[in-house]
Amino acid sequence: MKLITVSGPPSSGKTSVVIRALEHLKAQGQRAGVVKFDCVSTLDETRYKASGIPVKVGLSGHICPDHFFVSNLFQCYQWGRGQGFDFLFTETAGLCNRCAPHIRNILAVCVIDNLSGMNTPWKIGPMLRLADLVVIAKSDLVSQAEKEVFLFRTKQVNPRGVIIHVNGLTGQGSAELASLFFKAKETAGVEETKLRSSMPAAVCSYCLGQTTISDQFQMGNIKRMDLSEGNEGVQGEGL
Amino acid sequence: MTHDIATLPAGDVFRTYPGIDDFFESIGLPRPAEDITMLEYAAFLDEEVLEDKGLMRSQLIRHFKDFVTGLQKMADPGETAIQSITITAGRDKSGQPEETGFTLQPGDVVSVVGPTGSGKSRLLADIEWMAQADTQTGRSVLINGESVDTQWRYSSDQRFVAQLSQNMNFIVDLSAKEFIAMHAEARGIKDVNALVRRVIDTANTIAGEPILAETGVTALSGGQSRALMIADTALVGHSPIVLIDEIENAGIDRRKALDLLVRKLKVVLVATHDPVLALMADRRIVLKNGGIRKVLETTPEEKENLRVLQRLDGAVVSIRNAIRDAKTIQTPFREILRDSCGGAPLEQAIVKQLSSSRNPDPGKRRKGNT
Repeated sequence: MKLITVSGPPSSGKTSVVIRALEHLKAQGQRAGVVKFDCVSTLDETRYKASGIPVKVGLSGHICPDHFFVSNLFQCYQWGRGQGFDFLFTETAGLCNRCAPHIRNILAVCVIDNLSGMNTPWKIGPMLRLADLVVIAKSDLVSQAEKEVFLFRTKQVNPRGVIIHVNGLTGQGSAELASLFFKAKETAGVEETKLRSSMPAAVCSYCLGQTTISDQFQMGNIKRMDLSEGNEGVQGEGL
Repeated sequence: MTHDIATLPAGDVFRTYPGIDDFFESIGLPRPAEDITMLEYAAFLDEEVLEDKGLMRSQLIRHFKDFVTGLQKMADPGETAIQSITITAGRDKSGQPEETGFTLQPGDVVSVVGPTGSGKSRLLADIEWMAQADTQTGRSVLINGESVDTQWRYSSDQRFVAQLSQNMNFIVDLSAKEFIAMHAEARGIKDVNALVRRVIDTANTIAGEPILAETGVTALSGGQSRALMIADTALVGHSPIVLIDEIENAGIDRRKALDLLVRKLKVVLVATHDPVLALMADRRIVLKNGGIRKVLETTPEEKENLRVLQRLDGAVVSIRNAIRDAKTIQTPFREILRDSCGGAPLEQAIVKQLSSSRNPDPGKRRKGNT
């Protein structure tokens, strides 16, 4: 089975792009399933089901969604194996843009979209920077100039990755995306595999459910902005 | 590169590659001091800063080197000059072989016609992806008569195709001037200001209403937007092939727009349902059921008909303008049309003629086979 991690900001078009590509995999007799990770709620499983794709949903609730993803990956992999899938996709929305679900030696995909604005590639961080394959969606909706600048900035952030445009509505580019999925390596297992980037060490009282805003109630790993004169507020960047 | 770029003083690297600023800005790191090397910079960076960015020290160095390689490639993209692009015949949705393929040269304008769902998007996608008998149509795209190394798909530095579709809008909140400058900078162009002026001047030769350099792009009318996009594609973009999905007949001189792309030696494919636009092309590709049904040269008679159609089109535009100008439309169209066609209503006369004319070269291919 080939495990493929798909990430991308909320509403960038991950589900549409994956469904489109899966149509091509299915047409070639491949069996694929999806595990959709989200925080509070998701309706995407109905879209997968409507397309006849087996899907499981993980809602992280009060847990950091990226940590939740990691701690559930093993059993998701086992599920896919048990179902006899040829492909298993995990779909996660990047939330604070600080982490990435990407794992070494497992095809890492990031879906971003042209409508999200010209500076988005710079804002996303490891999810985009460490992806093997970057899919740009919704490029039929913006001018060629914006498309080219967006591509340029994506390339700046991830100079090594393969970047392709896929239209989730018409399907343009989805057959090509499926052919890249085909080239992914087999995943022998996820036990002892390594994340491509660390996940944040933010453990503070608010992680544990504290709601009162007060110095007295803040414990653990705390980081403060520097708002002194002549400083923009960014902390910890002096050399 | 003889030296490892990470061992050179940052000041030297910045002078050689001014674009390197973006590397630090995109990650949100301060610019290194003039005299330290990237290796030293990475070594001195605080663990917490790296942690904040989700970066490991070794990744920082590797990404820095990749970024510089990207800048070098941009300065010298090593573009292949395109003399011709050939699309070989594949198969339609039912697996039937296509009637024919076709070859295009710089400055060619062809229209792509056929009912909705006949395969226009698929054809454009085959060209964009440089299909090598590895898409569902089985078509291959040849550049200068030779197949394309599929490796280019994965190096995103070379894009052969620019696309202009009907749904496209500007989404950035910038003036026309700033917008074009942003694109020119991303393309690594030296004299940005001169190019910006040229693009806006050129757009104004196509647009019905003049575009001011200071106008926000999102405030432009449909025709103005389209004119600016076309001028930008012709003058700033470097893709040799331009795929256009319909050019509306409003607020834009379509002939001039196509001429501009032809002058810049672009290969232009226009998917359209509009007969005027279809006949403006020198050839048209007729699609059916996902396959190429015919490739037709525009005949001299069709070119003559095009002139008449354009006059009719012009008449419709004047009617629209009259309505916009608070006039009432009292002219008896029916009588004018009947009088000019010897008594029969114009549309009936045309429909009758069209239905009696036959498709060109019927069964030519079959004849050749038997």
